[in-house]
Amino acid sequence: MAQKWEATPFKGDIARARGLGSTHAGVHHWMHQKLTALANIPLVLWAVWSVVSLAAVGADHASIQGFFAQPAHAILMLLFLASVFYHMALGLQVVIEDYVHCEKTKPLFLMGMKLGCAALFVAAAYSVLKLSMAVVVVPAVVVAQP
Amino acid sequence: MSSPQTPINGPLRPLSPHLQIWKWSMNMALSIFHRASGIALSVGTLMLVWMLVAAAGGSESYQGFHDFAVSWFGQLCLFGWTGALFFHICSGVRHLIMDTGRMITIPAAEKAGMVIFIVSIALTLGTWGCLKFFY
Repeated sequence: MAQKWEATPFKGDIARARGLGSTHAGVHHWMHQKLTALANIPLVLWAVWSVVSLAAVGADHASIQGFFAQPAHAILMLLFLASVFYHMALGLQVVIEDYVHCEKTKPLFLMGMKLGCAALFVAAAYSVLKLSMAVVVVPAVVVAQP
Repeated sequence: MSSPQTPINGPLRPLSPHLQIWKWSMNMALSIFHRASGIALSVGTLMLVWMLVAAAGGSESYQGFHDFAVSWFGQLCLFGWTGALFFHICSGVRHLIMDTGRMITIPAAEKAGMVIFIVSIALTLGTWGCLKFFY
């Protein structure tokens, strides 16, 4: 509130008060948690069903590759990963905010957690893309040079 | 002589009793288990990421994950993860309903809690029943 522009008439009372609550942006967080929760319900049920059906055929490497070779499976898995990891970051954020009381280490925990979630998501999403676009490697025929 | 710390803002106020002091109630149990299962699921995503990365790495690296997943400890992790997942989903649906202003009374929490525990246990056992039946 120390900034000079805060006192200018260009900002109304509501605009100045906005974002000054204890969590700064509560509704945004809440809404995103609820939206990802709704998206998670069908996506998680699909994922569980997929794992069970994969396990039913032994879940060997070839069957995993065959599963992700289907574009619909890869797309659903990417949606699942995006929704789940975002929901997870939002949930862990609240846990950290509730239990870490030190104002100096709290942002470090929050940043570390969010970067960790992002790293896990990228690793998982890259793997899905690699599996789905995997080309079956055929041994190259060596042509003898004269 | 050291006197008890006096807060800057006013008179000494009683501290809130911690978790083990309270008598367990259904809404408290649901809240605690919802958070605990959420944290457990977050840890469990490591196994999911491991599976995907290992599978992308080829059949040899995938075999390492597969060996763990079918070991007794891997199966225990997966079983716990399934249980936490179904509980978190069922409890999460209750939260979505409560967000609309419904079922926010204590008797409603008692009823919903029983349904949540029974349905999540049934879904977990059902999933593993299917798994072991077809495997």
